[in-house]
Amino acid sequence: MQNDLSMMRRVTSLPQAAGIGFKPQHFDDLLATDQPIGFIEVHAENYMGAGGPPHAMLSALHERFALSVHGVAMSIGSMQPLDRDHLACLKILCDRHQPESVSEHLAWSSHGDVYLNDLLPLPYTEETLEQVIAHVDQVQTALDREILLENPSTYLQFADSTIPEAQFLSEIARRTGCGLLLDVNNVFVQARNHGTSPEGYLSDFPLARVKQIHLAGHDVQSDETGAPLLIDAHGSPVAAAVWRLYERVITVTGPLPTLIEWDNDVPDFATLADEARAAGRILARAPQRQAASHVRPDPG
Amino acid sequence: MFAPIQAEFACALLDPDRPVPQGLRAYTSQRPTRRFAVYRNNVVAGLVNALRAKFPATMRIVGDDFFAAMARVFVMTRPPRTRILHTYGDDLGDFIEEFAPAAELPYLADVARLEAVRTRAYHAADAESLPAAAFSAVDPHTIGSLRVTLHPSLGIVRSRHPVVTIWMMNAGEVEFGPVNENEREDALVLRPGMQVAVRKLPAGGAAFLLALASGATLAEAASCAATDDPDFDLTANLAGMILSGAMTACTPAEGSMP
Repeated sequence: MQNDLSMMRRVTSLPQAAGIGFKPQHFDDLLATDQPIGFIEVHAENYMGAGGPPHAMLSALHERFALSVHGVAMSIGSMQPLDRDHLACLKILCDRHQPESVSEHLAWSSHGDVYLNDLLPLPYTEETLEQVIAHVDQVQTALDREILLENPSTYLQFADSTIPEAQFLSEIARRTGCGLLLDVNNVFVQARNHGTSPEGYLSDFPLARVKQIHLAGHDVQSDETGAPLLIDAHGSPVAAAVWRLYERVITVTGPLPTLIEWDNDVPDFATLADEARAAGRILARAPQRQAASHVRPDPG
Repeated sequence: MFAPIQAEFACALLDPDRPVPQGLRAYTSQRPTRRFAVYRNNVVAGLVNALRAKFPATMRIVGDDFFAAMARVFVMTRPPRTRILHTYGDDLGDFIEEFAPAAELPYLADVARLEAVRTRAYHAADAESLPAAAFSAVDPHTIGSLRVTLHPSLGIVRSRHPVVTIWMMNAGEVEFGPVNENEREDALVLRPGMQVAVRKLPAGGAAFLLALASGATLAEAASCAATDDPDFDLTANLAGMILSGAMTACTPAEGSMP
């Protein structure tokens, strides 16, 4: 009966358009005029209060745009049990706002009762694979819906890792039925940081499982040997190399919901809208994917 | 086994004296110190920024550098026990009271407490305030036996300093001017609609509201308030509560209230 159950589960249904991470200072802009935006995304934890302006704004925006709820604190990659209270909070949020997509990260962000507020890396082994699969199952069962799991940007690796990251994510998706959120900037950042090729990573990545894309800016630093160390800073425009990588992905996958993330040094709304338009132009050029059932007509 | 490495990783993030955990590597190095430092910095800087966003008036009083240095100590010694960051730092006021470098600003702790209560009000449950008309029907002889339900966003900060005036000046709500550091002010924080309002409570007002919040009748609460401050004025306080939308329900004592 597993098939019947998973068919009843709510699946991701964002429009194949550009979206932006919502910041409260852009609320009036978003509602003011026609926007090049099909959906907004919010960090789940910012909307876990009981009421007030956060929920009022979200409700108003959701009347106009599709909604993606993006969790940063579930700590799915922890070897410790998931925080059931936090999972219950996420369930309440999803029941209240009925988002078109719910996503989380292949990372951990807490230890014991301490919340570390960062997306921390894990080794990719048979042991961690089983743990992450159990956690993704638990979240999807609690929410009674498909979630998307995002590939991380990482700054270092583990000596114990035995499974390539793309294969690790592929196995999680296959075993849990979850979708994947492909952060193209993260692909670029982790490849540069580990001396590998982003194209090689993508050629191993299960692109058919991808239901949403993230794009963001990164900072460029270097490690103590002088090797490039890219930081997933979300505080600048999307880099040209990441745009090119994105276009290559979309050429293969067809149009996908594509989010512009800009969380630090947040610019004015016009700057964000320009980034969304740039993504929209690439989406419009993309060949349609055969399996896609609700593709928007190509304006070109 | 990842669990012990994860535990070591987590501890080292918040303790710069701990070495980079075993088992980490980079293609450039077997000891990726600089790379581990990225995570250390992300954790601390991210939490400091969360506190910056929640305590803008506190930060304005001490300046960004002092605030950031103080917030780093807070983050290292009191890391979040919550995953919901708008509740992180609710105890920053208690921390500031014990933080020696801030000792010459005795009102700073209460400003931080007021800002924490403001954030709580911002995220509190929504509720309809009781309209003034609800009281016009009440028999003046039985009004003292009423119990009221206060708005879920309502918060009170009692201070031995002019906390409301200092907060208003540093929040840009009033012009800067001279203050008497030893003048007591109690703050009422309330969000009856979508705007969080901060007001200075009249004499005895804080004691009155705190008594009502703990389930006292209006008469019992008025008695507490008059003990707290002989200048307490019941009529003025009730009018203020009605006008500000501080109550969501009132129940006669004869009812089934415990």
